[in-house]
Amino acid sequence: MHALQVNNLTKTYANGVEALKGISLEVEEGDFFALLGPNGAGKSTLIGIMSSLVNASSGDVRLFGTSVQQQRSKAMSYIGLVPQELNFNQFEKPLEIIVNQAGYYGINRKIAHQRAEKYLRQLQLWDRHDKISRLLSGGMKRRLMIARAMVNEPRLLILDEPTAGVDIEIRRSMWEFIREINENGTTVILTTHYLEEAEELCRNIAIIDHGKIVKNTDMKSLLGTLDIETFVLDLQEPLSVVPQVEGMEFKLRDPFTLEASLPKRKSLNTLFSSLDSGGVRVKSMRNKANRLEELFLRLVDKGTTI
Amino acid sequence: MNARVNWVGYKTIVHKEVTRILRIWAQTVVPPAITMTLYFIIFGNLIGRRIGDMGGFDYMQFIVPGLIMMSVITSSYGNMVSSFFGAKFGRHIEELLISPLPNFVILAGYVTGALARGMMVGSVVMVISLFFTRVEVQHPLVMVSVLLMTSVVFAMAGMVNAIFANKFDDIAIVPTFILTPLTYLGGVFYSISLLPEFWQKVSIFNPILYMVNGFRYGILGVSDVGIVHAYIIIVVFGILLASLCLWLLHRGTGLRS
Repeated sequence: MHALQVNNLTKTYANGVEALKGISLEVEEGDFFALLGPNGAGKSTLIGIMSSLVNASSGDVRLFGTSVQQQRSKAMSYIGLVPQELNFNQFEKPLEIIVNQAGYYGINRKIAHQRAEKYLRQLQLWDRHDKISRLLSGGMKRRLMIARAMVNEPRLLILDEPTAGVDIEIRRSMWEFIREINENGTTVILTTHYLEEAEELCRNIAIIDHGKIVKNTDMKSLLGTLDIETFVLDLQEPLSVVPQVEGMEFKLRDPFTLEASLPKRKSLNTLFSSLDSGGVRVKSMRNKANRLEELFLRLVDKGTTI
Repeated sequence: MNARVNWVGYKTIVHKEVTRILRIWAQTVVPPAITMTLYFIIFGNLIGRRIGDMGGFDYMQFIVPGLIMMSVITSSYGNMVSSFFGAKFGRHIEELLISPLPNFVILAGYVTGALARGMMVGSVVMVISLFFTRVEVQHPLVMVSVLLMTSVVFAMAGMVNAIFANKFDDIAIVPTFILTPLTYLGGVFYSISLLPEFWQKVSIFNPILYMVNGFRYGILGVSDVGIVHAYIIIVVFGILLASLCLWLLHRGTGLRS
């Protein structure tokens, strides 16, 4: 069954901005799906329509077969949303916020308290459950929104940049939490600017640019299309002349840092033996960017499918 | 299933609203109590003694229903407009908008919250009035029904204001330039029989006149307008405002892009 079906969806705002230009998309139940795109591409508009916060201009969005436009209440009972912007009452306490949210889904207060405690503990917020939310750190506020979105135990969890501004340690613990949620059967749709996050977590991906989907495929196939990889080499001794090797490209960032781009089919041994024969000694090496980032930049630059 | 979800959702909104009212009691209940005490002292006691009888009652007794009604109207309206606009401004109204709750439950929950504040304030003002005068309630059912219905009407008017408001200034304009003048000119402090004929005719277009006088009829048994007319006006405004609120919520005006 499809957790999400989007058919020919368009959205033109009152100021004339055409945010979505006929998007069609399907997400299978149980999937961990990445929705990527540069700022202003239309991701948040699409999520807004999915969660009924934005009215579509035309087209149809179905959640587990239920039309958001025609059966809003039923469709909304399936989802949990973690929005990009903070949208809870900052003068209320975390426990209060989550228990009230549960009430909006018809969950009685006793069960709501139990679930709120469960998710606040899992997200390491229980020791702050009785503090005014305004006093929480940025990362805690984001985790609070995740706990709130989980309280109705949704079939589809939508995360709109959930880890923005969160330090790497907390981010990784959030990944673990979300991965576990997905393994337990919840479909997850994630938008993020941390492409390594999408690569790490998601099985399928859609890239939106200028209100259109420029790529919609599985992560493995997408990464398989990347034919050139770039490595950053830290050198033992300074270099003044850029090496010349057939089939590879080099760029000297500074006398101690060399960038090497080579086709994926070429072995790294070839790279090292060529450099070694030229007297270049490599101290350490890393990827210039993660693979998805390279592909993403190419896709949104072109604005067309590859 | 849906009825249970709606009922729990409704109770949750009411619980949240009442908790908010009680948490900030110094802003929600105390100011009208102080203002009305001053009205009783200045208008009722000091000036009222020189005015003498009005409508067959001493002036203090005459203004009690009007002052209770005035505080209920402003509190119900103020609660709705500040709470709903605050939720919209802080974006936590989205918690409700993405929930399965239908619009009528959201409206009913917020209206009940405003009603709760209206009744809290009305009760406090009524108790304060007992320090200044004695009144015997003539028609308790009329008194209670007119008070509740008026509170509901102004709660819904507050929601319309909150839906269209984009900034905090917008929620002050209607109370300042429309609600307060209509309330003061709605027979709170005088019987319209004292006005020249022209202004009497103008006054009958003021809906608050019917609410104040309906309530006064419930307490004192006297009114400048027919009680049936008062009920008709309140019910008509109630239906119109409920329909408008539900239509605006359905369209997502001011709430959904």
